[in-house]
Amino acid sequence: MTTFLDPTPSPMPRKSVTASVRLRHEAGLHARPAVKLTKLAKKFSAKILVAMLPDGPWIDAKSIVKVIATKTPRNALLYFRAEGEDAEAAVLALVRLVEQDFADVG
Amino acid sequence: MSENVSLVIVSHSPDVARGTADMVRQMVGDEVKVAHCGGNPEGGLGTDVQRILHAIEQAWSPRGVAILVDLGGAETNSEMAIEMLPEDRRGRVVLCNAPIVEGAIMAATEASGGASLAEVRATAEELSPVT
Repeated sequence: MTTFLDPTPSPMPRKSVTASVRLRHEAGLHARPAVKLTKLAKKFSAKILVAMLPDGPWIDAKSIVKVIATKTPRNALLYFRAEGEDAEAAVLALVRLVEQDFADVG
Repeated sequence: MSENVSLVIVSHSPDVARGTADMVRQMVGDEVKVAHCGGNPEGGLGTDVQRILHAIEQAWSPRGVAILVDLGGAETNSEMAIEMLPEDRRGRVVLCNAPIVEGAIMAATEASGGASLAEVRATAEELSPVT
């Protein structure tokens, strides 16, 4: 298990949500899918991280430059981890985006 | 909903400027305003301060405008255009030191989430090698 590193521990345990999904998109996480993923992540207030391995390295899913730089290939597993009030909704939405092959979502 | 930071694309070539703006609209969407200009008044390659000023006017957002340029003259003319803006707007227009196409996509993606002008510029410039 990995632990979420937070430099400012809060008295209340914060909710962390994780999920993984296989990236079926033909081109992998190329420009357009990366833009869609980042834009969707930005709609949530939760801190959202994404990784290609269950133990990370974790990158900020709201950073388009970092997401594009992963060059995640087709059929890779994407791991999401979110923390914050809307963490669950965020992870669900991101998993759905990948599952639906980055079809246009709102 | 508050307005997003918008973009201005300045290339020596009107085709490059238009194509870059098209890529932003198609890849990121239309929640970020993008204006573009390129070419000199004679119809050749080049950039023109008046056209840049017009593009800034078209794209204007109270949240600010980030300008993406290609080569030398585009940069100096854009700087000149910024200097010619009314004082209350001058501080809300910045040049990004980033590759024009890639920088525009990164900047627009960041802007689409409501980021500040400084964040938008930083995201575009994050792409460039640190020198």
